Amino acid sequence: MTFEYAPAPESRAIVTIRPKYGHFIGGKFVPGSKHFPTINPATEEVLSQIALAGKADVDAAVKAARKAYTSTWSKMSGKERGKYLYRIARIMQERAREFAVLETLDNGKPIRESRDTDIPLAAAHFFYHAGWADKLEYAGLGTSPKPLGVAGQIIPWNFPLLMLAWKVAPALAAGNTVVLKPAESTPLTALLFAEVCQQAELPAGVVNIVTGDGSTGALIVNHPGIDKIAFTGSTEVGKIIARAVAPTKKSVTLELGGKAANIVFDDAPIDETVEGIVNGIFFNQGHVCCAGSRLLLQESVAEEVLHKLKNRMEKIRVGDPMDKNTDVGAINSKEQLAKIIELSAVGDAEGAERWSPACELPSKGFWFAPTIFTGVTQAHRIAREEIFGPVLSVLTFRTPQEAIEKANNTPFGLSAGIWSEKGSRTLWASQQLRAGVIWANTFNKFDPTSPFGGYKESGWGREGGRHGLAAYLKGVSHE
Amino acid sequence: MSFYGLVDGTEASLKSYLGNLSGVDQVGAEARAAMLATRSIKTTSKRWAIETAITMVDLTTLEGADTPGKVKALCTKAVRPDPTDSSVPSVGAVCVYNDMVEVARTHLDLIGGQHVPVAAVSTAFPSGRASMTVKIQDTKDAIAAGAAEIDMVIDRGAFLAGRYIDVFNEIVAIREVCGEKAHLKVIFETGELVTYDNVRKASFLAMAAGADFIKTSTGKVAPAATPPVVLVMLEAVRDFYEMTQVRIGVKPAGGIRTTKDAIKQLVLVNETVGPDWLNPKLFRIGASALLNDLLMQRMKLDDGYYTSPQYVTMD
Repeated sequence: MTFEYAPAPESRAIVTIRPKYGHFIGGKFVPGSKHFPTINPATEEVLSQIALAGKADVDAAVKAARKAYTSTWSKMSGKERGKYLYRIARIMQERAREFAVLETLDNGKPIRESRDTDIPLAAAHFFYHAGWADKLEYAGLGTSPKPLGVAGQIIPWNFPLLMLAWKVAPALAAGNTVVLKPAESTPLTALLFAEVCQQAELPAGVVNIVTGDGSTGALIVNHPGIDKIAFTGSTEVGKIIARAVAPTKKSVTLELGGKAANIVFDDAPIDETVEGIVNGIFFNQGHVCCAGSRLLLQESVAEEVLHKLKNRMEKIRVGDPMDKNTDVGAINSKEQLAKIIELSAVGDAEGAERWSPACELPSKGFWFAPTIFTGVTQAHRIAREEIFGPVLSVLTFRTPQEAIEKANNTPFGLSAGIWSEKGSRTLWASQQLRAGVIWANTFNKFDPTSPFGGYKESGWGREGGRHGLAAYLKGVSHE
Repeated sequence: MSFYGLVDGTEASLKSYLGNLSGVDQVGAEARAAMLATRSIKTTSKRWAIETAITMVDLTTLEGADTPGKVKALCTKAVRPDPTDSSVPSVGAVCVYNDMVEVARTHLDLIGGQHVPVAAVSTAFPSGRASMTVKIQDTKDAIAAGAAEIDMVIDRGAFLAGRYIDVFNEIVAIREVCGEKAHLKVIFETGELVTYDNVRKASFLAMAAGADFIKTSTGKVAPAATPPVVLVMLEAVRDFYEMTQVRIGVKPAGGIRTTKDAIKQLVLVNETVGPDWLNPKLFRIGASALLNDLLMQRMKLDDGYYTSPQYVTMD
């Protein structure tokens, strides 16, 4: 007799998904013209029909945002703006279960993660920035900081509500109004957030949400009525945006891709390191821009760490995202799954050794077993390109200097991890690493007070903390 | 003695053995234990966990006020935890002070509880502050009175002073007294060792010295069997098995009062050392109040509602 966990599914009864959604413009839901389906990637069930915003919709949203900016929001005292942000944060907490269930249905991530990470952190971002709203003069960002105006915000599908919070909370705290476009495959929590804005009686037009695909994103990026573009997504699209805004007066922040080195020194606390490796690459199915996707092991402990890592991976529970005991859920889309399969095949072809634990994957939906590739070198494509899935490339090194050289030998520079029980080594390594976020003896920890952003092709500017606030104020250096 | 070929009995070899252990990151260990505490154990798996947990309980009374009457009552409860339902299994053992062993053994045999072993706390429990002569005699007395399991305490003073070899030698000496007659459980009093590094070190030390079980606490010091402490001990047991192919048991004791607490412990076992340890030969829970909560939760699964505590026997 063994300890099999019986299914423990979270109930979806708490959410009401409408068969069809429009856009949220000027404080109201307005019908769209064309629609496309959004599906549950774990089952391929169509959840709802989502409006595809065209030029007229984006124009209307920008117009509403501009009107709200000039007539209301930019004139309101910081204290009043803060009140709205606190109200939004509290409503998000009250409706946390609803948000968590909806996020899991639309995104495929395990309910444990949406419940314990995404939603609480999203609310925390609103609480944190609510506190800044009436203290901007004291943030060290100039004596009379002014908002930029209307911000166009384009967010990805990996942390739909959390990325919304990262964008909307600082923009509103600083006095800007926003036009936000959620990702094509995960619009539902943004649309629920629109309801929260109504519930909080946020003045009409301060937050506008238009749904759509890349074409809608392009309309926002190129819209002459927008003062600032904030984008989180792929480096490829980031470059297109950078080119598009270069000849304009628009401010821009970009949070792009990564290929983070997770460096394990021979004096690491091994069991917790193994947990950190698992959390670094299998958290959110590896759909994390700062994922620890390149594991650098000191050769003297490589065998032990890999042995323990494989044992640990045997215990990862892959399956129904709505089950409270699931650790790894569904891949967000068919397209993303195809990309992961393609890059993994490249790993095989280049001679790296693939290993996955025995795990049964559901027949419907998009799934990929947690995978590691050993015998990877800097010259392998899977050591250089972002896979954005549950696939870990394992490399080894001989000396701390070599570890740093390998870690920095990438066009990216978003995050890095250091595992060592020796404080002096951790401090030394963190000074050498060219990455925006460095975790020591932990990984994938986020906090609204801490700035987040990349070096090199991982992006421009910072989000979160005082630095992130600067990106929504006039005349403040964004770097 | 060979000590599994890991140490040769000298202080130098013990130091090198313990010195090779990797450290434990406090934040990481606590985060892992907290994550495993979110496992949702329902319906059939909850029933299995409750039944299994009952068989793992070392039903304990360790009070200055213990009398033969109290101990006999405890024994009766240990054999038939629920007198109205004979399908409820007996507990893992009865755990008492040295001088109550004979009373417990005699009474268990009298009421058909021959299959329930008596565990005796030993070596100047709970403080461990006595001469080696006294500790050895304490253990001999308990075994002579019928104890099949010895729960000894380590000398925490020696451990914290870095005299690991003294701690090691004490365990070796008590192991010799136990011989084939009694199982040896070694209590660390993790609330006094404080750090997870110490817990890991004490675990490897005790296992090499011949412990059959490693046990968190006496129940007299808080904090006791916290999930991260048990996690670190289970990891040590798992690593020791890989080194020696010998399975050492783990016994959390102290602070585990509810079914929820007990199920969290079983989840830790399941996802750290694996299902081989999910039986009373390799996992015990030192407790007293826990048993009634397990019984009440068991009734709830059958009846669909929580019963009043008056429907389970107080002892």
